[in-house]
Formats: sequence, structure tokens, C-alpha cells
Amino acid sequence: MSDIVLETKDLGISFGGLHAVQNLNLKIRKRQLYGLVGPNGAGKTTVFNMLTGVYAPTTGSFYLEGEELTGKKQEIINHKGIARTFQNIRLFNNMSVIRNVMVGLHNQPEFKCNPFTSMFRLPGYYKSEKKMRERAKEILRIFNLEDERNNLSCNLPYGKQRKLEIARALATNPKLLLLDEPAAGMNPHETEDLMNIIRYIRDNFDMTILLIEHDMKFVSGLCDEVTVLNFGTMLAQGTPAEALNDPEVIKAYIGG
Amino acid sequence: MSTILDGLSLGAIYALIALGYTMVYGIAKMLNFAHGDIIMVGAYAIFVTLASTNLLLALVVSILLCAVTGVVVEKLAYKPLRSASPLAVLITAIGVSYFLQGTAQLIFGSKSQPITLPSLGSIQIGNFQVELRTVITLGVGALLMVGLTLFVKCTRTGRAMLAVSEDKGAAQLMGVNVNRIIMITFAIGSTLAACASFFYLLQIPSVSPTLGAMPGIKAFAAAVIGGIGSIPGAMVGGVLLGLVEKICTSIPVLNPYTTAIEFGLLIVILLVRPIGLLGVRRREKV
Repeated sequence: MSDIVLETKDLGISFGGLHAVQNLNLKIRKRQLYGLVGPNGAGKTTVFNMLTGVYAPTTGSFYLEGEELTGKKQEIINHKGIARTFQNIRLFNNMSVIRNVMVGLHNQPEFKCNPFTSMFRLPGYYKSEKKMRERAKEILRIFNLEDERNNLSCNLPYGKQRKLEIARALATNPKLLLLDEPAAGMNPHETEDLMNIIRYIRDNFDMTILLIEHDMKFVSGLCDEVTVLNFGTMLAQGTPAEALNDPEVIKAYIGG
Repeated sequence: MSTILDGLSLGAIYALIALGYTMVYGIAKMLNFAHGDIIMVGAYAIFVTLASTNLLLALVVSILLCAVTGVVVEKLAYKPLRSASPLAVLITAIGVSYFLQGTAQLIFGSKSQPITLPSLGSIQIGNFQVELRTVITLGVGALLMVGLTLFVKCTRTGRAMLAVSEDKGAAQLMGVNVNRIIMITFAIGSTLAACASFFYLLQIPSVSPTLGAMPGIKAFAAAVIGGIGSIPGAMVGGVLLGLVEKICTSIPVLNPYTTAIEFGLLIVILLVRPIGLLGVRRREKV
């Protein structure tokens, strides 16, 4: 129990008569890199949407470090420590790179200062604003985005936009990071770079990461454990080698 | 020269109101047609408190009352409809507008009543005699707009506002409390409307329940001309519309057609540039 970061118990959701996800049981331990894989339409992103409060699950429950968060509001879940990226990139396009990250830092107590201080621009305001900027730069440095910090995020190349999304999510200081197809559309070189960054985040932030990915080389090279979904139900669970070679899984991917 | 200054100060009034429309649209993605009536609320607040106290206190009361009205309207009427269709919200806004007008009519009657503001006189700038109210309107209006721009650009809340206006869902998932941001937006918009109502009374010193309708609709036009959702757009649109109005009324031939020309301008601009002067074309993401 002690080192389990995320636990889901029979988590499920139906839209009308469609059971998009059923009886999902995950146990993700601290510092684990956990993969969620499965064919298109298997319900992977739906799982993310439940874990971040976009959808309220219709059955089951989930717990972050033992605290139940089922059906809580999105910003509450984020404050409790689950942050995510999106399958189709959703950056704040018309804001600079560093500001995107600063929005992520927005609600952390260490950068709070009372409205009075910020309205009248007292020294405390500049101090906390400066602290926030420094922190944002630090995070960007991890992703090699520091030199791009004053560019508009919509002008970044695709691979860098993906990295910026992870940086923004990391800025909210989560306990669990959800990455929705982080390597989608990246070239092999960028994918390699991304794998190193993800490992770096785990090692330096003690981060637990749950990721959805179609690139099996990426998954088996990075993840300690995977769960395979198909039509909303769990097909297999285990180490990448075990789960991906499961006959059921091969059948689901190739058909037949 | 004095026409231009009058136009600019009327433009500043329109711009202040237009900012309320455009901010609410940018952040809550709704057209708040009751915004014009907030001006009326502010005007009556000044009218009532001025009878017993001085002008400064009346202004404070008016600003507070407007901010509270804006926030309460948002909480009671719009918040329950956050996920409803835009048309339902639009109709609700029109309903709120009539509700506010009706309430004012019940309390104060439907006749317009004159209000006596301390006369401000005029000052000499170079060779020109300029009325002080014009200078005040222009100065304070400009100050408010600069302040708002700085607020949005440089503060945490401003940054959160920009984030919400770009992608509400993503902002929420990054820990921004969207409901709080929308509430703040309404409070700021209504505060600006309260200031506008004072400047409006300086120009036309009488109050009536439908006082907010015309400046409201013109400021809405100004917001659309500038590109709704864009803060600098609302300022540019407001000033442009104010200038056109004052120039038209100063030319005897055009005077009767002033309003037609203003809204004609709106149509022409929308034909040429449907997103408004400073609007941003948004890519729809699939």
C-alpha cells in the first residue's frame, strides 16, 4: 500500500449503452513508468479523461496515494497531484513558451502572493514573480527549451511543442504524470531524446508516469509494466515482454 | 479640434464598455447582452447616493454595486448554463437585461430624471478651450485601459485569464480554477462599466431605466468592429466609433444619419474583415 501512487478499482464508464471502459484495475507504484497500450478506440484516452476529472466514472473508483479522487473537479485533481498532456497538442498557442509553463505554476502555494501585494506591485510581488520565472526556466532547461522561452508556442516545431506540453504539466508539481502519446509524430532521434527526458524526470523528480503510446519500441524500451486494453477491457498486464507477447494481445492487434 | 477631442472621449466611454463585452466573450465564450444595463445600474447608483453624499463616495458605491451585480448575475443566471448551448445563454442574457431594466422601472419609474453633477467648467490648452469633463474622461479612460492591459499581461490572474480564453479545458487541467477566473472577469467588466456610466452622465446628465441600451449596443458594435475577444480590439473599435459619431454630428448634412453611418461602418468592416480589425482567426482543432 505504502508506495502505491495510483490505484483504480473496477474503474469504468459507459456512454449510453456503450461500455467505453470496464473494470479497470491498475496499481502503479512510485517511480514506475507504466504503459497503457491497445488498438485505436480501446479506451486509453478515456481512462486519462476519467483520471483527470474530464469524465466522471460511472463505476468504480480511483485513489491517489490512498486518497479517493473519483468524480472530483479537474482543477482539484490537478492540485492533488495528477497532471497530463494531450493526444492532440493543446498548448496556449498565443502565449510565449515560458508563460505556458508559468500557467502551470499558477496555483502553487510557494508562488502565491495576496491580491493586495500584486495589485500595488509591492516588492513581494516582484520577488515571487521572479522566483516563478526562475523556476519556469529551470523546467525548460530540462527539455532544452530554455532558448526558445520568449517565442510563441505556436511557432515551435512539433517535437518541441510535445516537449513543452510535458514541461507545462510538470510545472503543476504532480505526483503522477499522464502522457498521452508523447512520441506521436516524432522522428526516431526525437523519440530517443524523449525517452531520456522521461527517465530523467523519473530520477530527478521521483516521478511516477503513466503513458499511452503506440510505438511499441518506445513502450518496451521505457516501461516497467504495461496494461493492454481492447474494447475497454483489460487484455493483459505485466512486463512489456510478457504482455505484448500474450496471444490474446497479438490477436487483438493483428486480428483473426 | 474640439470635435476630435469630444470624439476621443466618447470613444473612451465606448471602449470601456466594449472591454466588458470582449473580455466576457473571450473568457466565458458568451455574449453578455445585459452588460449595457450594468451601466444603467451604475448611473442610478450615482443618482441615489449623490443625493445624500459627495461625488467621490457616489463613485465608489456605483463601482461596488456594479461589480456585485455583475458577479451575482453571472452566478445566478450564467453559471448554471456553463455547458448549455450558446443560444440558451444568449437568450438568458437578453432576459437578464430586461430583468434589470424592469427592476429599475419598478423602483424609479420609467420617466427619465435629470441628475445634477458638479459642473466642471473648461480649461485652456494652447489656443483651444477644452471642457474639463472631456479631459477627465480621456485621461481616466486611458489610464484604466493601460491598467487593464498591464493586469492581463503581467499578473498571475491575467495569465490565467489568457490561458482560459485560449483553451478552457487545458487551463482547468493545469490547475486553473475556471469559475473563479470567470467571476473575476465579470467583476472587472462591470467595474469598467461603472466608470463608463459616470463619464456618460457627464455627457448626458439624466438617468432612465433604458439608459444603458444605446451605449450598450454601440459598445457591442465597437467590440465586434475591433474583433470580439481582443482587448486592444475593443479599445480601437470604441475610439473609432466615438470619433465617427462626433464627426458625423458636427457635419450638418450627416447629422441625422449618424447612427446609420455607425452601424453601416460595422457592416462594411465585417464584410471586408469578418473577424474584426484586430481579431485573430482561430483554427478549429479536430
